[in-house]
Amino acid sequence: MIFTKLNAKGKWLLNRFNIPRQTIALGLLFGILVVVFLAGRALFVPRSFGLYGHYRGDAIKDNESLAIQFAGSTACADCHADIFDLKAGSFHANVACEVCHGAAADHIADPGKMKQSAPRERGLCPLCHNYNPARPTGFPQIITDRHNPGKPCMKCHNPHDPKPPSVPAGCNECHRAIANQLAVSPHAALDCTICHDVPETHKISPRQNRPGKPNNNNFCGRCHAKPADTSTNAPPAAELIPTHRVEIKTHAGRYLCWECHYPHHPEAGP
Amino acid sequence: MKNKISSKNLLSRRQFLDFCRKAVPTGLLLVTAGAGRAGGPGHSVADPASAGGEGQGTLRPFGMAIDIRKCIGCGRCVNACKIENNVPREPLYFRTWVERYILPAEGEPKVDSPNGGLDGFPEIAESNSVLKSFFVPKLCNHCANPPCVQVCPVGATFQSPDGVVLVDQKYCVGCRYCIQACPYGARYLHPEKLTADKCTFCYHRIKKDLLPACVEVCPTQARVFGEIGSHSSPLWRFIRANATTILKAELNTRPNVFYAGASSEVR
Amino acid sequence: MHESVADIAQIISGATGYVYPNEYLLQWGLLIVMYPFLTGLVAGAFILASLERVLGIKELFPVYRLSLLAALAFLLAAPLPLLAHLGHPERSLEMFLTPNLNSAMAMFGFVYAWYLLVVLLLEIWFDYRKQIVIWSREKTGAMKFLYKILSLGIDDISPEALRFDDKIGKFITIVGVPSAFLLHGYVGFIFGSVKANPWWSSVLMPVVFLFSAIVSGMAVVLLIYMVTAWFRWKKPGMACLHKMGELLLYAMLVDLALEMLDFIHRLYESEESIHILRDLVAKRLFISLIISQVVLGSLCPLVGIVFARFGKLPDEVRRMLYFLSAMLVLIGIYSVRWNVVIGGQLFSKSLRGLTVYKTSLLGMEGLFMSLGLFILPFVILYVLVKIFPPWTGNEESAGETAAPS
Repeated sequence: MIFTKLNAKGKWLLNRFNIPRQTIALGLLFGILVVVFLAGRALFVPRSFGLYGHYRGDAIKDNESLAIQFAGSTACADCHADIFDLKAGSFHANVACEVCHGAAADHIADPGKMKQSAPRERGLCPLCHNYNPARPTGFPQIITDRHNPGKPCMKCHNPHDPKPPSVPAGCNECHRAIANQLAVSPHAALDCTICHDVPETHKISPRQNRPGKPNNNNFCGRCHAKPADTSTNAPPAAELIPTHRVEIKTHAGRYLCWECHYPHHPEAGP
Repeated sequence: MKNKISSKNLLSRRQFLDFCRKAVPTGLLLVTAGAGRAGGPGHSVADPASAGGEGQGTLRPFGMAIDIRKCIGCGRCVNACKIENNVPREPLYFRTWVERYILPAEGEPKVDSPNGGLDGFPEIAESNSVLKSFFVPKLCNHCANPPCVQVCPVGATFQSPDGVVLVDQKYCVGCRYCIQACPYGARYLHPEKLTADKCTFCYHRIKKDLLPACVEVCPTQARVFGEIGSHSSPLWRFIRANATTILKAELNTRPNVFYAGASSEVR
Repeated sequence: MHESVADIAQIISGATGYVYPNEYLLQWGLLIVMYPFLTGLVAGAFILASLERVLGIKELFPVYRLSLLAALAFLLAAPLPLLAHLGHPERSLEMFLTPNLNSAMAMFGFVYAWYLLVVLLLEIWFDYRKQIVIWSREKTGAMKFLYKILSLGIDDISPEALRFDDKIGKFITIVGVPSAFLLHGYVGFIFGSVKANPWWSSVLMPVVFLFSAIVSGMAVVLLIYMVTAWFRWKKPGMACLHKMGELLLYAMLVDLALEMLDFIHRLYESEESIHILRDLVAKRLFISLIISQVVLGSLCPLVGIVFARFGKLPDEVRRMLYFLSAMLVLIGIYSVRWNVVIGGQLFSKSLRGLTVYKTSLLGMEGLFMSLGLFILPFVILYVLVKIFPPWTGNEESAGETAAPS
C-alpha cells in the first residue's frame, strides 16, 4: 500500500526533476530516521540539561543534598563546653573532636541514640605520635614499643589537654630523633647545653620559651679553630678533638658552620 | 608621565583588545558550532575575573592548599573521606590518599601508600642512606582545565559554577574514559554504583559552610580550604604567604589544589 | 563488582614500584581490546573493497563484494564490546542525546552511524539493488518478502537506473575511503589524545591505527576469501591472492615504518616517562610486543608473503604461505591492540610503578566473551552471504584473466 503510494509520488518527482526513484525511497527512509532521532532527543534529554553548562543542572543539587557525616569542629561545643574549652587551650586545640571520636552528625541529630566512640586503648594515639622519620621535625613523637609498653596513653596524658605527666628530665624525652642521631655522632659526648642555653620554662611551655642557639662561627671555633683557643672558656671536651680543625676566618667563606655541617651529626670527611 | 606619552598607543591597544574580545568568541563559536551551551572546559574558573562574568554570577572557585611540611601521615583524612562519602573500604578506591616519599641519598625516590595511608605507614629502617622523607596527601585537583570533563562523552562530569569538578551519578554511563584522562589517578569506578567517582571537595558540606571532611579532621592544619581570589579566605592568605606549586603543571590542567613545600620529586 | 580480599592482595603484591592506589585495577580490559580490533577490520576490509572500485584494481574483483559484506559484519559487531563494558549500558543512548562535542569518545556514535548508514549500507544497497529486485521476483516465501522490503519498494532496474546505481555507488566509495580513514583514525585519536598517558599520547597514534587497520582488514579478507573458496570446492584465484598479498605487504611496510618512527622518536626524545615505558616493555609487554607483535605478527608474515609472492613455489605452497601469514598478521594486529589498550594501563601515571592484569575465562571481561565477540561477525557474515550471495559466477575467470602475474 505504502509502497505503491510512494511509487506514485516517486514517479511524479522522477518526471518532474528527473530524480531516480531509489534516491527518493532512501531519502524518505533517512528522513524518518532523522525525525525519530530528533523526536528522541526532544523526549529523553533531561529538562535541566544545559542550564549552566553541558550537564544536567539538577546534578548540582544531587551533589549538594548528600547526607553529612562529620558535624564540624564547633558542633560539640554546645553540650560539651567544659571539654571544648579545656581542649581549646591545649596542644590539641587544632585537633577536631571528630578526629578521635568519629563522625558525629548522627549523634548530634539524636544524642541519646548514637553514642560517639571514645578510644581508651593504646592504638589510636600512635597514628599521629609514633615516631616516623617522614614526620616533620618538632612534631611530638614516641617510639611506641619502648614508651611505657602496654600502658594506655590516657593513664599519663589527658587527650583533651595533653602534656607530659611530669616535667621532662632531659632533652631526649622530647627531642628523641635528635638524641638518637647525636648518640652515634662524633658529638655524642657533648651535652646539649654546651651549644644551647635552655630556659627552665622551655620544659613547661616549649613554644613560648625557645632555647638559644649559637649565632656565629667563632662558637664552633672554640673547638674547631686552628689553632684551638684553649686558654679561655674551652669546653672540657676540647682536647678530645685532635682533628677537624680549620681556619675559622677563611674556611667557610661567607657561610655559617651549620649551613654545611649538621651539628647533631657532623658529616665525616671533607 | 609615561601614561601621557603612550596614551595614543594605549588607545590603539585597547581597540585591539576590544577587537580580540569580539573576534575570538565569534571564531570559537564558528569552530565548535555550539559545543557547549555555556563555556566549554577551556574556560577558566581559576581566574576570578572570567568566573565572575559567567553563568552563576560572582561565584569564586573553591580550592585547597596542602602544606607538606605539616603533614604527619596519620591518614585521618583518608579515613574521614571514606566515611563521609561512602567510599568503598577496599584499598583500591580512594578520593584522597596519602603518599610517603623516601628520598635516598643516591638513586630513585621510593614512594608508597599502603591502603592509601589509612592505617599509617610501616617503619622504614632509618639510615644515612635516606636523604629525606615526607608525606604528600593527594586528591582531585579540581583543575580549571579538567581533562576528565573534556573527554566525558555525555556531560556526566562537569565543572560546577564554583569551580568544583563533579560527577552526575545518575547520568554517568560508566565508560571510564575520564579515569583514563585524569593525570593524577584521582578517579575510580565505584564498584557498586558502576559510575565514575571522585573527590567533590565534599560539595554537600562546603555548600553548607562546613569544611571538607579531610580538612575538618586534619590534626595539623596541613590542608587549607577556601575560595580562590577571596581576600578573606584562609586559602588565599596561605597562597600569598607561601611558595606553592601545582602537580604536573606541564599538562596545562591548571589545578586548584596547591602544594607548599613539595619537592621536585612529587608527581 | 567488589574484589575479593584474596584478589586485592594478589593485585597489590603483583604490582611493582609505586602505583596510584586507584590505578591497581585496569579500567579497560579485553572488551576494549576487541573494539579497536573489530573496527580496524571494518576499515581495512572497506578500503580493500574501494581499491577495486576507485582505483580499478581488477584483480580484486572476486573479493569486492565479500569484503564489503565482511566490513558490514564486523561493523555490526563492533559496538557490542563497547556496550558490554559500560557500567550502565542502559544509558548508552545519552551519547546521541547529549553528546559532549569536546569529547573524542562522544563522536563515536555519529562516526559509527555515518559509516554504517551513509557509507556501508548505501554502497551495499546500490551494489546489490539489481540483484535484490531480481531475487524479490524469483524467490518465494519469506525470502521474497525480505527482498521486497530490502528493495524499499523500488523495482526499477532499467539501464538508466542501474547506471545511476553504479555512478552513485562509485561516489559513495569515494566518500567512503575518507570515512573509513575517519572511522579508524578516530579510534586511534581516542587513545592518542589522552595527554595524561605518555604511552598513548602521540600524534602518530591515529595514523598507526589506520595502517594497522588496513593491514588487519586485508589479512582477514584474504583469509575469508580462501576459506569461502574452499568451502565452495573452488581454488582461490592466484591473481587475486597475489594482488592482496602485494597490497598487504606494502601496507605492512608502511605500518612497520610508522611504528618504528614512533618508537625511535620516543627513545630519542627521552622524556620523563621513558624509564617507566622501558620497564613496561621489558617487564610486562615483552611477549605481546616483541615476540607476538614484532616477530610473529610483522617479521614472519613479511617474509612469508615475500616468498609466497615472489618465490618460485608451487601454487599450493603459496596459498599455504598466504594463509599462514594472514593468520599471523591477525595475531600481530590483535597484539597491537592489546599493547595499546592494556599496555597503556599497566603503568601508573605516577610513572613509578607497574600494575598487573590477569585475564579470566568467564565473565564480561573473560576470554570466552572475547572469543564469542570475534566469532560473532563471522556468524553475521554467514547470514549476510546467505542473503546477499557475493558470487556472480564469473569472478574467478575475471580474476584469473585480469592479471598476468
